[in-house]
Amino acid sequence: MLLEVKDLRVEFPTRRGVLTALNGVSFSIAPGEVLGVVGESGAGKSMTGAAIIGLLEPPGRIAGGEIRLEGRRIDNLPLAEMRKIRGKRIGAIFQDPLTTLNPLYTVGRQLVETMQAHLPLSDAEARQRAIGWLEQVGIPAAAQRIDAYPHQFSGGMRQRVVIALALCAEPQLVVADEPTTALDVSIQAQIIALLKRLAREQRTAIMLVTHDMGVIAETADRVAVMYAGRIIEIGPVRDVVRHAQHPYTAGLMASIPPLDRKVERLAQIDGSMPRLNAIPPGCPFSPRCPHVFERCRVARPELMPAGATDAACWLHDQPGASA
Amino acid sequence: MIEARELTRYFDVSKPWLQRTLAGEPRRILRAVDGITFDIPKGTTLSLVGESGCGKSTVARLVVGLYPPTAGQVRFEGKDLAAARAQPEMRRRMQMIFQDPYASLNPRWRVHDIVAEPIRAFNLVPDPAQQRERVAELLRQVGLSPLDGGKYPHEFSGGQRQRISIARALSSNPEFLVCDEPTSALDVSVQAQILNLMKQLQRDLGLTFLFISHNLAVVRQVSDRIGVMYLGRIVELAESESLFTRPRHPYTRALMEAIPDLEMTGRSRTPVGGEVPSPISPPSGCAFHPRCPLANDRCRAEAPAMLDGVACHAVQEGRD
Ligand SMILES: Nc1ncnc2c1ncn2[C@@H]1O[C@H](COP(=O)(O)OP(=O)(O)OP(=O)(O)O)[C@@H](O)[C@H]1O
Ligand SMILES: Nc1ncnc2c1ncn2[C@@H]1O[C@H](COP(=O)(O)OP(=O)(O)O)[C@@H](O)[C@H]1O
Ligand code: SF4
Ligand code: SF4
Ligand SMILES: [Mg+2]
Ligand SMILES: [Mg+2]
Repeated sequence: MLLEVKDLRVEFPTRRGVLTALNGVSFSIAPGEVLGVVGESGAGKSMTGAAIIGLLEPPGRIAGGEIRLEGRRIDNLPLAEMRKIRGKRIGAIFQDPLTTLNPLYTVGRQLVETMQAHLPLSDAEARQRAIGWLEQVGIPAAAQRIDAYPHQFSGGMRQRVVIALALCAEPQLVVADEPTTALDVSIQAQIIALLKRLAREQRTAIMLVTHDMGVIAETADRVAVMYAGRIIEIGPVRDVVRHAQHPYTAGLMASIPPLDRKVERLAQIDGSMPRLNAIPPGCPFSPRCPHVFERCRVARPELMPAGATDAACWLHDQPGASA
Repeated sequence: MIEARELTRYFDVSKPWLQRTLAGEPRRILRAVDGITFDIPKGTTLSLVGESGCGKSTVARLVVGLYPPTAGQVRFEGKDLAAARAQPEMRRRMQMIFQDPYASLNPRWRVHDIVAEPIRAFNLVPDPAQQRERVAELLRQVGLSPLDGGKYPHEFSGGQRQRISIARALSSNPEFLVCDEPTSALDVSVQAQILNLMKQLQRDLGLTFLFISHNLAVVRQVSDRIGVMYLGRIVELAESESLFTRPRHPYTRALMEAIPDLEMTGRSRTPVGGEVPSPISPPSGCAFHPRCPLANDRCRAEAPAMLDGVACHAVQEGRD
């Protein structure tokens, strides 16, 4: 395994007490694998990504568990060492593209400096590669635009530059948080194709956070579904999409609007995800679950084998049962 | 209820006068919206779709009066929009939900005050206790908890913030809602709740919507009619179902091809080739011609007029 996350716990001390944003999160990603991470807004997807790349926003902190890259722990490294790992071994694409680019430097300079910080390249080689990366992320006339400043690009193009920056030092792991959400379907398709190619050809491992199930379905090998700071189901993409074992995943899949017809009313999961300071005892999904029973309200289910996936649901603790 | 006629909005994106004169550069005019005409009958939903930068958000802002048009007109119940907006009662009746849930909420206000602001501004519920009850009801309606009223926007994730802005827009009991990508920042489960909520409000209260989205599956669920925009113009305007079953404009067809689909696991889709050209120097003739498989010399020279819901020479010549 390239990346192993074990029992990760992230806390936020606040005036009203300590909030546990992530609790018992465990998963791994192999080289060349794309792990999709989905889940409701606030479920902890970005938080998981931020913990891995060592950029949790204070006062957030890792309060338990461990994160290993090629077997070596990276969750407790000094800042300077973590900065070296970021960029070179882990590339990050953030939900908000504007924070990543330096407005004072040309796009080309930022790419060249990033590459030269991590790879032994001459100026000419680095510039050539920078143009190549801009082409790969779909910037037309890349050779002419390389000396432009970020503000001279449109929002969608800036996001593509950010993606090029994250990839140009050829990291082993890419953490991509909603990389295509702000982009149009046509550009989105290009970026997705690029990520898939990296995984296949360079054996890059990719953690892809998105709420677009269409993107997940066509890109990911496995999917982790998060709910209230935990992974509640994880498994191969086809099984999670078509044969979800956790009632929340099943509800999530059912609520995707169909493209091929108009429905009177979309299937919806009533209610909302509990706030971090009000997670119910037992199964966190129990107040909204159509299958809830006695045990769900008192005991918290951990991930357990369920069909072709692993699901944190008591329905699968009974021999022969399924959701 | 809403009529837009030849609606046009240009932005001057020239450098400052002195710099421009010294460099001998001409003015640069960006044609964000370039002569758009549509009607939205009461109680129905018109959606606008298209790639980013094609002018959707600018139309939304024109229609609620946040930008004055460069040319053309919007009428609200037959009255010119500018005149209508001079009356507070008219302003109450139209509200907008913005694309960017970060920018549209005041970071220093508590959620309760954000949602209550229109109620206070239009003096809809004077009694403070009833006002609190109304805000709680609105928060519940969009899937938040009444307890969230005491928090500040930064304590919420992106999707949660969008729900706050929807609650705020609903708080003045509007009749016409302009929704600019209201669910693009939301996950599918919340999106389903919001879309169902919008449809229910439309059934119960007869609301009229201008709905803007780039997600065609979402648009199909909510629209009566759909306008497909390209570079500041509507290139196809049709009943929702006929647009999906029989898309006519080459650009509409290309958009449909590019959609990712759950059933496509492992298969790759066909992206629309090429880039959206710049609205500062749009291509000659039909603006879609550099990307259009059916383009010919006429397309490069002459802009197609809107005829029978489609603006395309090939369709009009029957060679599509
Ligand atoms: N500074 C903070 N203080 C307190 N709670 C926070 C803070 N930042 C985030 N949270 C909470 O942590 C939880 C996880 O947030 P995170 O950003 O990981 O969500 P997400 O799954 O990425 O959501 P989205 O899909 O909206 O991006 C949420 O409940 C959020 O409200
Ligand atoms: N205030 C403004 N000043 C200058 N240009 C603008 C302004 N608002 C929008 N534009 C430009 O107008 C075009 C249409 O923008 P917009 O309506 O936001 O598109 P959409 O919502 O379809 O993505 C874009 O090229 C955009 O950059
Ligand atoms: S454990 Fe119980 S409440 Fe939780 S998802 Fe399973 S059936 Fe539903
Ligand atoms: S007018 Fe010509 S270029 Fe434009 S969409 Fe029709 S066929 Fe294509
Ligand atoms: Mg996030
Ligand atoms: Mg917009």
